[in-house]
Amino acid sequence: MPSVCFYFQVHQPFRLRHYTVFDKSGNYFDEFKNASICRKVANKCYLPSNRLLLKMIRRYEGRFKVSFSITGVVIEQFQKYCPEVISTFDALAETGCVEFIAETYYHSLSFLYSRNEFFEQIQKHIELMQKLWGQTPRIFRNTELIYNNQLAETIEAMNQFDAVITEGADRILGHRNANFVYRPPNCKHLKLLLKNYSLSDDIAFRFSNRGWEEWPLDAPKFARWIDQINGCGHTVNLFMDYETFGEHQWEDTGIFDFMYHLPEYILRHPDNNFMTPSEVVRTYPVMDVVDVPHVISWADMERDLSAWLGNAMQSNALHEVYKMEKLVKQTQDPQIIEDWRKLLTSDHFYYMCTKYFSDGDVHKYFNPYESPYDSYINYMNVLNHLRERCKQVLTQQTVSEQAS
Amino acid sequence: MKVFMLGWEFPPYISGGLGTACHGLTKALSDLGVKITFVLPKPIETQTPTHVQMLTPQHCRASKTVTQTTETSQELKNVQFHTVSSPLQPYTTPQQYQKRLEEIIRQKQLLSSQSQQMLDQWLEQEIEGLSVGPGQYSGDMYTEVHRYAAAAVRLALQQEFDVIHAHDWMTYPAGIAVAAVTGKPLVVHVHSTEFDRSGEHVNQMIYDIERRGIHAAAKVIAVSYLTRNILMTRYGALGEKIEVIYNGVEPEDSNRISAQQVGIRSDEKIVLFLGRITMQKGPEYFLMAARKVLEEMENVKFVMAGSGDMMHRIIEMAAQMGIGHKVLFTGFLRGEDVNRVYQMADLYVMPSVSEPFGIAPLEALNHDVPVIISKQSGVAEVLTHVLKVDFWDIQEMANKIIAVLKYPPLQMTLREHGNFEVRKLKWSGAAKKCLKVYQEVTQVAV
Repeated sequence: MPSVCFYFQVHQPFRLRHYTVFDKSGNYFDEFKNASICRKVANKCYLPSNRLLLKMIRRYEGRFKVSFSITGVVIEQFQKYCPEVISTFDALAETGCVEFIAETYYHSLSFLYSRNEFFEQIQKHIELMQKLWGQTPRIFRNTELIYNNQLAETIEAMNQFDAVITEGADRILGHRNANFVYRPPNCKHLKLLLKNYSLSDDIAFRFSNRGWEEWPLDAPKFARWIDQINGCGHTVNLFMDYETFGEHQWEDTGIFDFMYHLPEYILRHPDNNFMTPSEVVRTYPVMDVVDVPHVISWADMERDLSAWLGNAMQSNALHEVYKMEKLVKQTQDPQIIEDWRKLLTSDHFYYMCTKYFSDGDVHKYFNPYESPYDSYINYMNVLNHLRERCKQVLTQQTVSEQAS
Repeated sequence: MKVFMLGWEFPPYISGGLGTACHGLTKALSDLGVKITFVLPKPIETQTPTHVQMLTPQHCRASKTVTQTTETSQELKNVQFHTVSSPLQPYTTPQQYQKRLEEIIRQKQLLSSQSQQMLDQWLEQEIEGLSVGPGQYSGDMYTEVHRYAAAAVRLALQQEFDVIHAHDWMTYPAGIAVAAVTGKPLVVHVHSTEFDRSGEHVNQMIYDIERRGIHAAAKVIAVSYLTRNILMTRYGALGEKIEVIYNGVEPEDSNRISAQQVGIRSDEKIVLFLGRITMQKGPEYFLMAARKVLEEMENVKFVMAGSGDMMHRIIEMAAQMGIGHKVLFTGFLRGEDVNRVYQMADLYVMPSVSEPFGIAPLEALNHDVPVIISKQSGVAEVLTHVLKVDFWDIQEMANKIIAVLKYPPLQMTLREHGNFEVRKLKWSGAAKKCLKVYQEVTQVAV
């Protein structure tokens, strides 16, 4: 009786503009580029996919359900550049078949560097979900599914969440599979939902790969794979980037048709159904404890932090930006704080990754830079300017204090 | 496989990348068991080593000897060197030149009538060209190039080989002549074109020689796709005839940096320009970027190692900009001095306006020096762990120079990955491709 649990990640960073050491302006972000990418992806993916999901939810009369994690930074961009996307999410929220998941508002790595900032960003994101769609998320996913035991403990201590989502990496599961609800060690009520990376990636990465032995993948075939889980799993967690639909896999690959017909075939088996993460957590018991002493993520083959922390530039940039937290918050200048927070978005560090650079591979998706080195230089120039701004504001404040 | 190779310079008598490339390639070919006869003009030591300088007749010691076989060095076990002194007096008239050549040709009895005819045609064209287009200085070079050609033909008649390999335009007439006389296939290796060296102000005579060489060749080797494109668009060469073979670099013994030398370094950062100070290498862009860098940073020195026809102008320019005290000129460096200057440098910048390949950045990376190269260089096609700028984008060049000097993690990452990457670019790879080209042309010829 596997329940199929879809969760889609929606995110676009505020990309920086070209910023040299000679630039002295406080405009760090590339309005034009961000607007055009946002509109482009909206037209290719967000809008058609949302319309499709709406159609499916209506067609299956509440039996088809999905969940989303939508970052604060992408919502800000929707509001600014294509508000119609928000309207379609509104419509989805009203169906009652869509659950919204919490994460850090700025899609940041703050869990690793500043607990304080981590909590603030989660609260900010929860408030946004409440304001927009009247939902208080009960499920948490950390940026890029970065996770370890400590994250689970931290989340449980917040007393706001029922479960955490992370990658079903082989090395944490051992002989077990990802199709059950688990529990982190040292946690009393918090549960763990693990991504079935094999079936998720069949859709997200391999769907249009003609070299793949299973190509072409159609709904009956995928439903058969789901049926096969019957007896050795409660839930199939299909977690992927929402951009899979129409952007990573173009419309002409048939991805939308695949999706539209999928529920039909999955629901043919009477034991199958669709659930949101909260329903999965409510319905199924914890089967075992999964111990994750080391940090995992859903990135690349390594499924570790090396995409953001793999070289000296990345660790330096991260270290420098979090070192500024105190200074930034001292200024109490909302613009400075917002700019700084937008710099925390993990994509900035992803662009600095040298791992696959020579092969010209994966990390290319809407990467505005020609090389990881260019991205580091740009980032550090912006950071230096922001630091100067902070100092300037603080000196002005002390001067005016002394004067009064 | 036996190769009759025509070169113009060879270490230690070099003025630029061509000699280094010939050395690296012949060594690697020799390791593959290819037998090479390397023909070279008599080495002439000069203070200001540009190709033009090397060609001036007053430097050429005229002698009666036509060829002279030099000792084969240890590391180049399959390479035989022949240096060619002037077979003719400088400023020979075309008539004398032709007479001499005809005499040379008569020595070879086995000439087929066809190749005889081709040779006659060639000579006719050459002499026509000489009488029609007397450029300012073309007389010297022209004579020298053809003197070399004549000597090469004479030498070729005494040698056994399968293929002719000519490096750059100075040797193309020789290559064409040898091919015509012997009927062996000609491979022309383009290390640079007249458009790289002179921009749009090309020397018509050199262009003509290059064009003729490229069209006469059975196969053309270009050092980059950048060069291949120039050959296709500017010389009307067919794409399928051109094989791109990137240059390599010889692995450097990294233990050679002695602690003492490192200890000498002051707290000042050193940014290095190393190359001929000529229009092609973009020295003025280096200076303009330097001025911008100095607006932001104090403790930097800019070292310009090399010489060339723009040297005086560049020195004056530095003075006019008021940064004369921050820019050091070393003149042309060789051997150990080159290693030393790399060891001192924190950053190497190659702002070339047009660079067919550019071996120097590979050498810099070999010495653990991070590198900024212009996007207008062939080497930009093979290197990923370097910083790239448009040569004219002074602001961006300065931005990147400052970043490398200011952020140690950037320097560290560039160095680490760059050094690793450069180790993959070996001459052995180039030599293998080169051998494949030889095999192709000899098969067609048979």
